[in-house]
Amino acid sequence: MSRLIDVENLTLQFDTDEGRITAVDDVSFSLEAGEVMGLVGESGSGKSVTAKALMKLNPRNGRYGDKTKITLHLEDGPVDVMALQNDREMKVVRGGAISLIFQEPMASFAPAITIGDQMVEQLLIHTNFSKKQARELSVEMLDRVGISDPSSRFGQYAFELSGGMRQRAMIAMALSTKPKLLIADEPTTALDVTIQAQVIDLMKDLVSEFGMGIIFITHDLGVIAQTADTVAVMYLGKLIEKGTVRDVIRRPAHPYTRGLLAALPTLDDLDAPLTPIPGDIPSPLERPPGCVYNTRCQELLGPRCSQQVPRFSDVADGHRVACHLNDPAEAAR
Amino acid sequence: MSSKPLISARGLSVYFQLRGGLIGPKPFVRAVEDVNIDIAPGSFFGLVGESGSGKTTLGRAMLRAAPISRGDVEFDDGEVSYALKDLGPKELKDYRKRAQLIFQDPYAALSPRMTVRDIIAEPLEVMGLTSSREETDQRVREIAAKCRLNLEHLRRFPHAFSGGQRQRISIARALVSGPKFIVADESVAALDVSIQADVLNLLKAIQQEMGLTFLFISHDLSVVAHVCDHVAVMYLGRLVETAPTRTLFATPKHPYTQALLSAIPSLDPDDRGRAQKLEGEIPSPTNPPPGCKFQTRCPVAIDRCRVEEPKLENAGTEHKVACHRWKELAQ
Repeated sequence: MSRLIDVENLTLQFDTDEGRITAVDDVSFSLEAGEVMGLVGESGSGKSVTAKALMKLNPRNGRYGDKTKITLHLEDGPVDVMALQNDREMKVVRGGAISLIFQEPMASFAPAITIGDQMVEQLLIHTNFSKKQARELSVEMLDRVGISDPSSRFGQYAFELSGGMRQRAMIAMALSTKPKLLIADEPTTALDVTIQAQVIDLMKDLVSEFGMGIIFITHDLGVIAQTADTVAVMYLGKLIEKGTVRDVIRRPAHPYTRGLLAALPTLDDLDAPLTPIPGDIPSPLERPPGCVYNTRCQELLGPRCSQQVPRFSDVADGHRVACHLNDPAEAAR
Repeated sequence: MSSKPLISARGLSVYFQLRGGLIGPKPFVRAVEDVNIDIAPGSFFGLVGESGSGKTTLGRAMLRAAPISRGDVEFDDGEVSYALKDLGPKELKDYRKRAQLIFQDPYAALSPRMTVRDIIAEPLEVMGLTSSREETDQRVREIAAKCRLNLEHLRRFPHAFSGGQRQRISIARALVSGPKFIVADESVAALDVSIQADVLNLLKAIQQEMGLTFLFISHDLSVVAHVCDHVAVMYLGRLVETAPTRTLFATPKHPYTQALLSAIPSLDPDDRGRAQKLEGEIPSPTNPPPGCKFQTRCPVAIDRCRVEEPKLENAGTEHKVACHRWKELAQ
């Protein structure tokens, strides 16, 4: 596998009327080509903002930290995303090397333009295809994602399709430009389980076929277990745990990850009590000092947790966690 | 069931008329068709199905918040008994005190201009259940405490609260009139898992403490498995299977229930792709297929399924299933 993207020290703050909000705080990760990385966290954890930052798609009041560095490794050489200035330069990344699928496909298709015209339009922008070629490819992609009678669906509007079909069309559109990286932001959350299973299968097939990297944002750990190779867990803008899907789900190292797993109802043991994580995720305006999770943590070590920001340290090979519990070097001090 | 049901639907059908063309009869949507359900007092009854299966409409019809086109719903809490179809305005008002709804979206369900105290007190005032402001305040404080809201919360407005707290406010508002029967429609669907567990535990605790009966509507089978004691599965307006929770999850008989259960993503990363996949999507209720409504997606459908609609039949203790082939498939 070859390296696809490096994110280093990503920090993103927003200036709002109520003050400056730190939405993403010093997050670093890398993704290989063909890797599916699950990005998990509660609402407000900064997972969508992080993903959008890879395309600099955040609102104008967003301020990136000075040390933020995002490098996309393309065939023609590395692209420094932070250095891209205007919309024209951004085209390399937005819809070119990176495509984005949203949670609610109804909101991401223009209602008054046919599905086909929208697919063709983006192909004309990002490729050298003629209109005819773009049309042929679009119909082919609709067929590939399992939409029956693709040439007539091509001429339909988003409202004429069911939820599952719209999400398929969205995937077809996102993949038709052959992106290197696909960001899927809760792509199955609005779907029924049976349709969700279909869409997950489809995405898995497409990954193995196209060999692209996927960042799969979801709050559903079951979906992660079924799709991802690696998992990154975020809390309040911080990356708190990262590892292979087996390590993180079977041997969660951060108390927050353990809490998320314990709160999940599973079918294996119907008598197991549901254990909520006490309290709520704090407002980003009132980020706690020290470890961001210290206000809800069940395994506090004492004042160190509320004073000192934990380092991101290794638990095992490729499994890292930001928690004082797992930092023997520091504990020995 | 040994005890007399608190609420039972008999041949309940709910049709909605659509705006038709100029010629011909106006089309109907058969949202709920010929449903029979008994909900015993004190039970936590789960209703599951995909979107478009009619589960919300069935819940609303049991509250008389959707029109009852055919059949009836009987309610009997030992004090009064009502047949909901022909309820007069006075009785309907009384029924509203006894049967309440908790909504899905705690962000949309609460008026942003009212304090939490006023939101919770509103049903009492509208229904005229209290005679003085002191009495209202007393009832609001009691129910707020039960829902783990503190007194300081009551003075604030909903925007100051998180999703989980808002849902607790919605629950307090539904409970304040002292209902016996609660319909909780996707009440935890909008919440994060860490908070969802908290609200589910609260609902269970309140149900046991106050002796309530719940109809818990959800698309999330793992949640239903954990909180409900009885489950009914709907597909395209029909009840396809109903059983005690353990029986249903251990031995699902209907091919649709089996598919639903296997579509739940497993938490085991090494257990991938074992799911039995359903092809296609739920058909439109304006144009349902003939015969068994599930035949268009059923992996084991035979010719009989395409012409004859199966009836719910007994498949075990309190276990009912509507499938022509359940017996041979169980072997």
